[in-house]
Amino acid sequence: MTRELAIRLRGAVKRYGPITAVDGLDLDVPMGTCVGLLGPNGAGKSTTMRLLTAQAIADEGEIEVLGFRLPGESKMARAQCGVTPQLDNLDTTLTVQQNLLVFAHLYRIGRADRKAAIERALELALLTDRRDTRIDKLSGGMRRRLLIARALIHGPRLVLLDEPTVGLDPQVRQGIWALIDKLRSEGTTILMSTHYIEEAQRLADTVLIMSHGEAVAVGPPPELVREHAGQEALEVYGPPARLVEVEVEAQASGLRTRRTGTSVSILGTDGHRFGIDGERRPANLEDVFVLLTGEEIH
Amino acid sequence: MATVESTQRIGRLEGSALTGVLVREVVNYSSYWKSSTFSSTVEPTIYLLAFGFGFGSLVSTIGGLDYVDFVGTGTVATAVLFSSAFPGMFGTFVKYQFQRTYDAILAAPVDTEELVTAEAVWIATRAGVYGCVPMLVAMAFGLDPSWGMLTVPLIAWIAGFGWACFGISIAGFSKSFENFNYVVSAVLTPLFLLAGSFFPLDEFPRWARVLAQLNPLHHLVVLVRDAVIYGWDGWTDVARLGVLVGFGFAMWRIAIIAMTRKLVD
Repeated sequence: MTRELAIRLRGAVKRYGPITAVDGLDLDVPMGTCVGLLGPNGAGKSTTMRLLTAQAIADEGEIEVLGFRLPGESKMARAQCGVTPQLDNLDTTLTVQQNLLVFAHLYRIGRADRKAAIERALELALLTDRRDTRIDKLSGGMRRRLLIARALIHGPRLVLLDEPTVGLDPQVRQGIWALIDKLRSEGTTILMSTHYIEEAQRLADTVLIMSHGEAVAVGPPPELVREHAGQEALEVYGPPARLVEVEVEAQASGLRTRRTGTSVSILGTDGHRFGIDGERRPANLEDVFVLLTGEEIH
Repeated sequence: MATVESTQRIGRLEGSALTGVLVREVVNYSSYWKSSTFSSTVEPTIYLLAFGFGFGSLVSTIGGLDYVDFVGTGTVATAVLFSSAFPGMFGTFVKYQFQRTYDAILAAPVDTEELVTAEAVWIATRAGVYGCVPMLVAMAFGLDPSWGMLTVPLIAWIAGFGWACFGISIAGFSKSFENFNYVVSAVLTPLFLLAGSFFPLDEFPRWARVLAQLNPLHHLVVLVRDAVIYGWDGWTDVARLGVLVGFGFAMWRIAIIAMTRKLVD
């Protein structure tokens, strides 16, 4: 018996005029896991997120969220989901607590439980002592924490996080990661879209790499790395002309390469004696990502 | 696979969804009620003073009424229009386009139909209250109190609901703020002048008077004058009320269609 699925997409297609944003996507999110939707900008991640709340209606395919078929039963699914949008949409002239109060009502928390739910969310966002502060007086990191806590106010079974750390400073990002990791350890099911590789690698049990609306690879990060990029890569630095030579040489030996700005990474050098000097490093998810979505696979 | 729980019904226009959206509006209102009340009170007062002293010095009575009483009841419709159609247009557009509030609300268990309905109910309620302001100001200038005045908030609410939905529809169908200019100039201004708020329509050419019968604002003006001063006019007033209710219902459905197109891809 397979694990119960929080999200199940089969052949989901969403077109906007001539553009196919989501093109036959299959996606499984088992209960109690964190799945990362990793892809470059424009890969169809946000559209996928909108399909899951029926704010976009699929042209083809099946979508089930928490066992409810979309779009018909979407409202019942939404009642048990929490959603953090990519763009901050807090009510800026209200206080932290007022924002949470509004969402306590929108998520139908009964009068008796409302106060406790708001306190819990304040604690989660580490904003208990800022409860009476207006949103426009908060820092970007605080706003983002509140945006996530707002989505959790009703104790949802499933949380959808659309680019949870986009545009944040590195140290603020760490704080958000700690928050997401805490949810994960408590057993909340999470679907998170991101274009930060490190974010997916750290937080996701399973990563689905998306490109042009399609899934190009699915699996736990270590497996994806092993399968697509091998164990080890050789990173070679040098002037541009030298890098071209290295590429030609590596490809002649049947190895794949990718450019990483100032260097060339030769992938799958695992244990080979290879006549080029460079820095040996473990292969990583970024290698997989670039191989599958960026450059041509050589 | 999880099985579908058939015990939970998929409801339309659920009370808890409407309440959720209304709570958001009420809480937000607590942060801007002063400016909103100020403009809704001062504006009709200025109209009353300007027209009252300006026109009032030329014509002291119209149809047997003191001009102040005539304008005081007539501008109830103006106040209703300003406090419903404009928030419907601009407020909706801002919440959709700039604040992305509706994205957040529709991710919660609220449907577009509920969102639009709750927003219109809220705007109508404000219009029902603010609509009474000109009448109260006119009382300070000598309009006699009457029992019929108690029905004015309700009549203003019904009309306000229709105009709120009108505004929301315009916001839903518009791609930018600029389109609002066309609506204000080509629709709202003529209707506002062809309502009979500031002068009677008796001297207008016949076609204009026929056209006025299609103007919900005109029926609002007449209903308010009947309620406050003249007394009810039987089936004619029932028909006028019917026009307001019909206008509200039609605009409500159109607003839902417009916003669904805008909010759901």
